[in-house]
Amino acid sequence: MIKIEDMKKIYKMGSNEVHALDGISLHVKEEEFVSIVGPSGSGKSTLMNMIGCLDKPTSGKYSIDGKEVSKMKDNELADIRNNKIGFVFQSFNLLPKLTAVENVELPLVYMGVGRSERYKMAVDALKQVGLSNRLDHKPNELSGGQQQRVAIARALSSKPPLILADEPTGALDTKSGDEIMNMIKELHSSGKTIVLITHELYIAEQSKRIITLRDGKILEDRGVV
Amino acid sequence: MKWLESVFMALKSIGSNKVRSALTMLGIIIGVSSVITMVSLVQGSTREVTDQFKSMGTNNITVSIMTWGSTRSVDPEDMVELADDNIDIIEGLAPLVNSGGTVKVGRDNISTRVQGTNKAYGVINNHNVTQGRFINVLDTERRLKVALIGSYVANELFNGKNPLGETIKIDGQPFTVVGLLKEKAGGAQHSDDDVIIIPYTTALRLTRAESVDTYFVQAKNAETVDVAIEKLESFLLETLKDPNFFSVYNQAEFLENLKEVQGTLTLMLGGIAGISLLVGGIGIMNIMLVSVTERTKEIGIRKALGAKRRNILQQFLIESVVVSSIGGILGILSGIGIAKLIGNFMKINASPSLFIIMLSFSFSAVIGVFFGLYPANKASKLNPIQALRVE
Repeated sequence: MIKIEDMKKIYKMGSNEVHALDGISLHVKEEEFVSIVGPSGSGKSTLMNMIGCLDKPTSGKYSIDGKEVSKMKDNELADIRNNKIGFVFQSFNLLPKLTAVENVELPLVYMGVGRSERYKMAVDALKQVGLSNRLDHKPNELSGGQQQRVAIARALSSKPPLILADEPTGALDTKSGDEIMNMIKELHSSGKTIVLITHELYIAEQSKRIITLRDGKILEDRGVV
Repeated sequence: MKWLESVFMALKSIGSNKVRSALTMLGIIIGVSSVITMVSLVQGSTREVTDQFKSMGTNNITVSIMTWGSTRSVDPEDMVELADDNIDIIEGLAPLVNSGGTVKVGRDNISTRVQGTNKAYGVINNHNVTQGRFINVLDTERRLKVALIGSYVANELFNGKNPLGETIKIDGQPFTVVGLLKEKAGGAQHSDDDVIIIPYTTALRLTRAESVDTYFVQAKNAETVDVAIEKLESFLLETLKDPNFFSVYNQAEFLENLKEVQGTLTLMLGGIAGISLLVGGIGIMNIMLVSVTERTKEIGIRKALGAKRRNILQQFLIESVVVSSIGGILGILSGIGIAKLIGNFMKINASPSLFIIMLSFSFSAVIGVFFGLYPANKASKLNPIQALRVE
């Protein structure tokens, strides 16, 4: 699913060079459930931007679902994000002026799905996360846990093979956080590839494989028993 | 993403920020409505003047003699004779002696305009007679003291009594009223109805004027206007020996000049109003830039979910075009309203032409594109990571 070969990302801060990623090689197979952990500054956010095709590496190779993306143009990357990746963010990142169903429709809008078809798909996705009774609620009328479920529904609506979750429980209380984790585990068992970024070990331990980053390098790559 | 959908999205975004959108539109509304108002008032008033001149007939030619300080002069009888000799070209020629006079009946007296002329004047100047008769050849030949009076004069001096055959005194000289002119301007003071018409020969003697300095001439038809002007000019040049002593001009010429003046005026006022439209456009750009900054996060989210540059560009561009077009429509409506209102006060028909409506509408839409382009482009170029990081 994900093949990263010797990926480097160098930021120039004035005359200093910061090696945010310093030669990362990483393979994630289909239907794997991987978490990436590390302290802040370890490069996990940068890696997540790379995997999510939001940024381009300075050097190295990256292919997702068999497509080489490291040399792609902005518009092609937008298509990859749209078709291959479902994002779940720490701060939900829902559009506050749109209703739940409109938020879930967004990836489908950019995919070019027609109005009625789109609505049906969005409702299905919301049903899947147990929010079919909240279709027309705005984000500020929903609890944090519910907002994150809307965000998961949005990540699912375009049926991407990869779900990329960046600290999905970071802004939630323990109970809602557990609910969200259960949902992510369900997604895994239904066949999605999942990459989870977190700094909390007990969250990471719910996945099948933990990759620890430090100073832009992979420190440890181990399976969870 | 489909076109119409973007329009709906833009309308929604505009609706969720009503006060700001209204203030943004205000610039365009004021701009467009001032263009419409200015242009329709100018066009309305010139149309009014043009129609007035047209109703007087475009076959009319005016001759002015300007021989002050010289001994040369034209004999009005020669002029009349010239007209009579060219009856196939010239319909009529009327000398005009304009003066003011005090008119007295019994103890009542008023000041009015006294015009000395001849038989042809009635035809040329659309003077109809309701009672009695107009001036005839005999009146002018024998310098008879006969007069026609306008409705204002009749009302003031005779107060509804039949004036025919009555004697009035103009500057102390007794005249017999032989006709009542048809009302032309509602019988108001200082209007065309506040007038007395007498034979020009009598008028020359009454005012002690040496010669006639204005002639009204009517050509037979539109085709003979130029020939008639030529005839008059060559005769006058022969008589006066100097083209500076006279001028011969035609209504059509005057109308053309008027049109030119209208064009300049429309362009000037429209231009001034156009500047306010431009200022409105800058207002749109300003607000759109603020909006882009404010919605950086939204742009980041949309990009992360797969929006391409052109999707974002389209979204913001359509939003600014929709704002300016709605502003344009409201501006057109209020412009028409204001023009009608002022037109009512000025008693002119100030309805804007379809052309100017279409022009100002498309101009406001173009302003939306032009001033929306920069903010929209800025939005579309935002880096998704940085945009997502904004709180």
